[in-house]
Amino acid sequence: MSALRLAGRRLALAAPGLVGVLVVTFLLNRALPGDPAAFFAGPAATREAVEQIRVRLGLDKSLPEQFVYYVRDLARGDLGTSLTTGQPVLRDLGTRLPASLELTLAALLLAVGVALPLGVLAATRPGSWVDHVARVLTTAGVSLPIFFTGLLFVYVFYFLLGWAPAPLGRLDAFTTPPPAVTGLLIVDAVIAQNGTVAWAALRQLALPAVTLGLFAMAPIARMTRASMLGVLGSDFIRTARASGLAPGTVLITYGLRNALLPVVTLLGMVFSFLLGANVLVEKVFAWPGVGSYALEALIASDYAPVQGFVLLMATLYVFLNLAIDVLYGLIDPRVRIEA
Amino acid sequence: MRAWLRHGRHVVGENPVTGLAFGLFVLIALVAVVGPWLAPHDPLATDAARTLQSPSARHWFGTDQLGRDILSRVVVATRLDLTIAVAAVTLSFLVGGALGACAGFFGGWTDRLVTRVADTIMAFPLFVLAMGIVAALGNTLANIVYATAIINLPFYTRMARAEVNVRREAGFVEAARLSGNGAARLLAVHVFPNCLPPMMVQASLNLGWAILNAAGLSFIGLGVRPPTPEWGIMVAEGAAFIVSGEWWIALFPGLALMMAVFCFNLLGDGLRDLIDPRRRT
Amino acid sequence: MSGGEVDLLAVEDLSVEFRTRDGVVRALDRVGFALRRGETVGVVGESGSGKSVTALAILGILPPSARVTGGRAVFGGLDLLAASPRQLLEYRGRELAMIFQNPRAALNPIRPVGRQIADVLRRHTTLRGARLDARVLELLARVQIADPARRARAYPFELSGGMCQRVMIALAVACAPALLIADEPTTGIDVTTQAGILDLLGELARDQRMATILITHDLAVVAERCDRIVVMHAGHVVETAPARALLARPRHPYTARLIASTPRAGAKLADLAPIPGATPDLRAPLPPCRYRGRCERAADLCDEPPLPRAEVGAGHLVACRRPL
Repeated sequence: MSALRLAGRRLALAAPGLVGVLVVTFLLNRALPGDPAAFFAGPAATREAVEQIRVRLGLDKSLPEQFVYYVRDLARGDLGTSLTTGQPVLRDLGTRLPASLELTLAALLLAVGVALPLGVLAATRPGSWVDHVARVLTTAGVSLPIFFTGLLFVYVFYFLLGWAPAPLGRLDAFTTPPPAVTGLLIVDAVIAQNGTVAWAALRQLALPAVTLGLFAMAPIARMTRASMLGVLGSDFIRTARASGLAPGTVLITYGLRNALLPVVTLLGMVFSFLLGANVLVEKVFAWPGVGSYALEALIASDYAPVQGFVLLMATLYVFLNLAIDVLYGLIDPRVRIEA
Repeated sequence: MRAWLRHGRHVVGENPVTGLAFGLFVLIALVAVVGPWLAPHDPLATDAARTLQSPSARHWFGTDQLGRDILSRVVVATRLDLTIAVAAVTLSFLVGGALGACAGFFGGWTDRLVTRVADTIMAFPLFVLAMGIVAALGNTLANIVYATAIINLPFYTRMARAEVNVRREAGFVEAARLSGNGAARLLAVHVFPNCLPPMMVQASLNLGWAILNAAGLSFIGLGVRPPTPEWGIMVAEGAAFIVSGEWWIALFPGLALMMAVFCFNLLGDGLRDLIDPRRRT
Repeated sequence: MSGGEVDLLAVEDLSVEFRTRDGVVRALDRVGFALRRGETVGVVGESGSGKSVTALAILGILPPSARVTGGRAVFGGLDLLAASPRQLLEYRGRELAMIFQNPRAALNPIRPVGRQIADVLRRHTTLRGARLDARVLELLARVQIADPARRARAYPFELSGGMCQRVMIALAVACAPALLIADEPTTGIDVTTQAGILDLLGELARDQRMATILITHDLAVVAERCDRIVVMHAGHVVETAPARALLARPRHPYTARLIASTPRAGAKLADLAPIPGATPDLRAPLPPCRYRGRCERAADLCDEPPLPRAEVGAGHLVACRRPL
């Protein structure tokens, strides 16, 4: 089965998940405190006026009908309007999403880039200092509250050591952002061949990305190590060694590729944490992403952005899980091929 | 009784880390229960003359921006945080366990419905869902508990369902069925109690995660309102002062949080090793 | 050894220990045998007799908990046990090869079998590209796999146990090694396919003048296919002899028991005599002859160290003070 058909199949399987997401966000929408009709009508409105507005908003219809209208509005891109910014929520989310994406992507790359080699090394050298570092990291990473680690980093690296810049967002006040191509500041700066801006953006990104990445490193390193240990003791590794294959080939092509399978499955859970922890890190570092957008709205009792945020994150998560399934299928032929 | 103690001593001997975690757990529980009486100062009492003082003999953990004693606040917060976490996990455990057990036992539509609900919850990044629930239902402490309970539900439903499924066809169940027990009684009296041990391991592991969740929600301003002392909100209040170097306001509640989570995680690991050493990582 | 020809492989006094949680297991104690180019030697014994450990030690792929505590394994002038890892990498897969039991588990489950063979060829030869692919297909055809082009793209889980074993054989003989060790190659394969695999091994051995060590617990297999037989028990070699001589007149009590307990055509179940007792615990202190506890001919002189090695005929060695 080709990768395309596999993706198509997985997409079809993801549909019920999306429907579930829509239903839940719709229910959350309706569970909002207060009566929207009275809110729109204003404090001086009469009961008839409030009723009229209720009809206009479609709130007098049955729940299933309201759901249909809800989905229809969503399909048209109407996620409501933010009371604080006055803009359509969809547009606000679109403006702020690249910041969150840059942060999450950087954190993920960091996490995988450190955790995979660490896990492999810990598995090939059991009992060594690498193994111990890996164990400490994984235990600490699971217990530490992420907002606390973020604050600790700010204190140590900004206040005490002065290495990191002030946690005030993506760029300091004196640097102008590069022309927007992808929305990811560092990438855009590189495209515009502006080294200074790229470096400034990188410096601002460093601490929040490390905070978020540390969180994801722990489960990945732990699973890589455990999985590698299991794989390295298996029969086919023995055959590979008996065939005189180079140690690197045995370790990576035969060992790691097989060991990665449970790690890929784990990525689903890791993404769930990352998308949630994103909010906390954005608050600590004043990062102008969708998370802080939702938080600012929440404090102001402006609910449409919060709804939009939840919907966006959930949809993103559904597609991420889809991507993980496809990735798994690419690595492991046993799920692709009906034997 | 003595046999239990002896077994307990043996287990602690084998696993000093679990013993340490258990000791820590007892300490935390004690602080939660008697702490408020032992706290040196009134956690809510402000003192404009003594704001932002670093740790000293009089205020071991220093004072915050309103002159409140941080040690007292951290100690009093223990009860609140623990209560939230225990309430949420208990709710999750009972409701999730019951739903999962029914799904596993009766199969068919019950199974499909329960699985669909659990899958829908898992389709969300869990913390985001908790945010959404609290935002929708209202910014109260009770809703924090409900939100945390809801996002933990799938773990328990899945586990209970799997365990019940395995035991449904077991010999002793057949024997009970043949002696005339009805389905509900079979489930409640014979099958479910046997599923409890692995679920309790899950519960202790969940407690750490529930505390983190609740603290995270209060860190972003949900659930707990000032001046209530709670670890998450205290860290949030201290966050503003980190950049100017007043580290103690956020550090001590954060450390307390860390200790509690660490303790429950270790305890959960130890329990798991006790009950099912095969599943050790 | 007789015959003027130099030995291809000479194992002398090989001793191997395993560190386990319950103590040190002395898995092999001064194991020795030799074989010449083109010879087929069968190594037989019960499970736990150390047959596989011997093979893994020769190849240098023992698990990390194992330690070689003595002995030599001289192959083509080089002591494999003293060689550096880099030297061994040149020999493994090229001059020395091994195939294992449970062939499907012994192949990489997520890599097409053709690629696995190609990996070996790429490592040890200078073949690349189209010539490499052609050679892979050649090898698959040589091990009697039909439709090699299609099979080369298959994954192990898509092939039967017998085909997986043939693939492993192709992997092993890809570079025409001088010695092939086959560790229980027919375990985990149905009986009708077993004969085919063994025939294939024999054919390849003849065509490439390849020496073979055939490890098995099944005496019937070695009886018809091996030039010489090495009998092992509890980490010791108890008897070595040309096959016909061994089967006609075994000189070690254990060998005799082994032959008597092997099912053969025409025999009734009642005729089969199991070997009494069980393999001794290799962690405990052991007498010089490890069969002593189960032997009906045991006497006081059997407790005198060292374990003897008596030559009782042409190329026939017995480790017994009271041979039959």
